[in-house]
Amino acid sequence: MAPRVTSSGRPSLRGREDEISSREQRILGIIETARAKRPRFRDERITMAHGAGGKATQTLIEGLLVPALGSGEGTLEAMADAGTVTIEGLGLALTTDSFVVRPIRFPGGSIGELAVNGTVNDLAVAGARPVALTLSLILEEGLDADVLRGEVEAIARAADEAGVEVVAGDTKVVERGHADDMYICTAGLGRLDGRASLSPARLEPGDRILLSGPVGDHGMAIMLARGEFELDAPIVSDTRPLWPPVDALLETAGPAVRCVRDATRGGVASVLNELARASQVAMVVREDAVPIDPAVAGAAELLGIDPLYVANEGKLVAAVAPDRAEAALAALRAVPGCEDAADIGEVRTEPPGMVLMQTAFGGRRVMDRLVGDPLPRIC
Amino acid sequence: MRFVDEFRDPDLGRVVAGEILASVEPGRHYKVMEVCGGHTHSIYKYGVDDLLPANVELVHGPGCPVCVIPMGRVDDGIALAHEPGVIFTCFGDMMRVPGSRGSLLEAKAAGADVRMVYSPLDALRIAKANPDREVVFYAIGFETTAPSTALTLMRAKAEGVPNFSVMCNHVTIVPPLRALLESPDLRLDGFIGPGHVCTVVGARPLRFIPAQYGKPVVVAGFEPLDILQAIHMILVQLAEGRCEVENQYTRVVPVNGNRRALEVMAEVFELRPHFEWRGLGFISQSGLKLSPAYAELDAELRFGVPGVRVADPKACQCGEVLKGVIKPWECKVFGTACTPERPIGTCMVSSEGACAAYYNFGRFAREREVV
Repeated sequence: MAPRVTSSGRPSLRGREDEISSREQRILGIIETARAKRPRFRDERITMAHGAGGKATQTLIEGLLVPALGSGEGTLEAMADAGTVTIEGLGLALTTDSFVVRPIRFPGGSIGELAVNGTVNDLAVAGARPVALTLSLILEEGLDADVLRGEVEAIARAADEAGVEVVAGDTKVVERGHADDMYICTAGLGRLDGRASLSPARLEPGDRILLSGPVGDHGMAIMLARGEFELDAPIVSDTRPLWPPVDALLETAGPAVRCVRDATRGGVASVLNELARASQVAMVVREDAVPIDPAVAGAAELLGIDPLYVANEGKLVAAVAPDRAEAALAALRAVPGCEDAADIGEVRTEPPGMVLMQTAFGGRRVMDRLVGDPLPRIC
Repeated sequence: MRFVDEFRDPDLGRVVAGEILASVEPGRHYKVMEVCGGHTHSIYKYGVDDLLPANVELVHGPGCPVCVIPMGRVDDGIALAHEPGVIFTCFGDMMRVPGSRGSLLEAKAAGADVRMVYSPLDALRIAKANPDREVVFYAIGFETTAPSTALTLMRAKAEGVPNFSVMCNHVTIVPPLRALLESPDLRLDGFIGPGHVCTVVGARPLRFIPAQYGKPVVVAGFEPLDILQAIHMILVQLAEGRCEVENQYTRVVPVNGNRRALEVMAEVFELRPHFEWRGLGFISQSGLKLSPAYAELDAELRFGVPGVRVADPKACQCGEVLKGVIKPWECKVFGTACTPERPIGTCMVSSEGACAAYYNFGRFAREREVV
């Protein structure tokens, strides 16, 4: 069926097909061809938008990194959280991550804990049990030794909780002003779990989309901790290891778990968009099914930011075959920290590559990819 | 959230949608413009037009304050941001608006000290905290935000903050509406009035719309139920052959506006003879600048800005799109010279602009349930 669009720009099927001019179709075709092309990285400089996990980040990755470094498997692999290698029959997942957060301590966690959890989570959502980490510390001249000591302890605790060993490391010190207290770079190694066969290519229409808990806690906790908004709210980061919920999903639903993603920067909306684009399916999310802490909802409302685009550090999104979805959800909810897990929507065929939201008010909207950081609106 | 969720109640939404359906004349096509960008945002966010009958169409108006800033003014802002020692402050969504050679976000990457603020008072605070730097606030917005800029300027003057100044891009809502209404090919049946602007100026200044142009206006709030109710009120006016300014947003908008806000605006600002609007061209007496009493706080005078006008390409037809005369895809530059990555006209700048939304979601087909 052909679409018709109102002059308000909101697409809808409002009329008869014969009203659709061939010129409109031709222009839509031109636009689609242009959009389907691999994005070219043509920016003159790196802006903050390139680090925000939205369109600008994807342009950087797909337009510069993948063409130069890709193995030929294409963007699907490049956009995953971890790469996989097989050595003499042993399947391994390998990932790397870096952590720059200001302030380094925030309600609910700190950079050290974040570094461990962020890394093991990239492995977990690739279907790998985390085994070992490496750790590079980039320290700013003048950093208080007690602060560093505290972060090292946080790293040790988090590694212990996640069941991984820190097996190698490095330290560098940079001059004052060249780092925000400290940055941490990691690599993570995990063993691929035999129960897992996770890939966006396995998404099927009808699959249910599960979310492991409330959205936006981490990003909102950081925003408030910066103290720029003079807003005070009891919001704490959700940083936690995700292997336990992934393990529970795989144990309950096995191959019916199609794909799992870690909804970090760019939030749940960005992860769903990545999946929809990678597998050319549509995602339909029910707004009233998305769990959200009232304090996060209130702060987001005040700041004019959509919590579905706000970062999490301990939330996974999983697509599960419909016949196992209910059991998978029950298994998720049994994992400590995932009690509020929810079925938030489903995979559909049309429109391919897009994420739609059924609003609580009873309408629909497109949840588009972000260009850069979510910027607050003046009006 | 109490006092918010009540205005987003889906059950009440269905009730109002039913009343809207009952008040449309079968076979008649209605075009209603929501003037304000805030309404556009709500309509998009809640999917309000999914609850409307197929023959009631919403047209996005010229009231998005960042989208209407012309490229030349963005260039001037960027030039100021690059002045040595300047901390340049602006609202968040202004940072992505493109000038002729990039946006403020890109200027920041190129080394300018550009900072996002939530209020002009934050900019003043930055100025006091950095006495050795010049702090410029890039003021934008309609009558909604102008009073807070005015108050900040009054405070800066009273406290004698020597390193603070404002580049004023404030605009007023009536002149662009009049320009739209003057157009002989206008195809609109009524207007959803800008609730926040009217909080300041009252509903009175919109009376020329029914009086001189015969179109109903309903001043509306920004929650989805507000918007639906306003549409219903417009349709009832049309059905009854009435034509007046009504106020749906009575919980916030006083008929005579906010006297104190109008006073501070009158003290601090005066009208520019004309001001350029992206996609709409020059409109006389549509922009504000600082009055002579505040000239020393005027960044344009303190630094001198290039002031080079960057013409919108002639082919840009935002005006016609806004008037509802053409659809986005009928514009000569749509999708070719004008894209969301490199927008020319106001309708392509914001993701909720008519053209940007069409560009991004044009092929997205959906079945529309009969309301």
